[in-house]
Amino acid sequence: MAAATSGTAVVTLPSDTEILTTREFNAPKHLVYKAWTTPELIKRWWAGDRGVVTVAEVDLRVGGAFRYAMDANPGFEVAFRGEFREVVPNERLVSTEIFEGMPDAGAAMNTVSFTEDNGRTTLSILTQYPSREIRDMVIASGMEGGLQGSLDDLEEVAISLS
Amino acid sequence: MARAATTTDAFNAVAEPRRRQILDLLAGGERPVNDVVAVLGMTQPLVSKHLKVLREVGLVTVRDIGRQRMYSLNGQPLKPIHDWVRGYEASWSRRFDRLDDVLEELQELKEKED
Repeated sequence: MAAATSGTAVVTLPSDTEILTTREFNAPKHLVYKAWTTPELIKRWWAGDRGVVTVAEVDLRVGGAFRYAMDANPGFEVAFRGEFREVVPNERLVSTEIFEGMPDAGAAMNTVSFTEDNGRTTLSILTQYPSREIRDMVIASGMEGGLQGSLDDLEEVAISLS
Repeated sequence: MARAATTTDAFNAVAEPRRRQILDLLAGGERPVNDVVAVLGMTQPLVSKHLKVLREVGLVTVRDIGRQRMYSLNGQPLKPIHDWVRGYEASWSRRFDRLDDVLEELQELKEKED
């Protein structure tokens, strides 16, 4: 059995309108792709520990729609939907993405890539917003959510602020 | 992929790893440019270029002491990005931890089939 070692999610902002998230998985890419695109599997991971996935609909073809929703603590629905623009099985998915809680922000474009090396897969999610204002709006809304976590790169700088 | 015109804000200014190194160094205290050059092993023109960008977005301030220009960190513009990126990363990390479990199970199933 494969050891359950896994990577750490790394989030960077490559430009004024983009967010790039990468993470390595200890599994071949066809399985990562399967877990990423199969509704009953999505239900098991997409909410993280923030709630329960209530909807996972995936029409996996160009022009097909998807919608994910979760009941987030404390009891409100968080939902994303979009449409696939490019589907290359086990390699690449391009889709629009709309956060239903902020429809004014319009659609972001997501490019998800699966790259395998030695049985391990690097997943990268590039989210492109229509403008910097919209990206900043998304950032501002996340801050209000008061999420906590860790980012080693900036940790030291932030500590120096206090 | 074409990068957007850089460095109109603090978010973008810290996307460049060498600028993060400079910020980390200045987090330890005010320094003249020569110090930054010596510690980080970059050329002076490159350090000056990065310091200029960091000043433009307000992350670094400068004052003259005698003939030396002293640079120091002003971390305030980083606070929003820091808070947000931390949260965003944490939320994806929790998802990915769950995804690890799903993948492990898929691999076990596959081994049984083989």
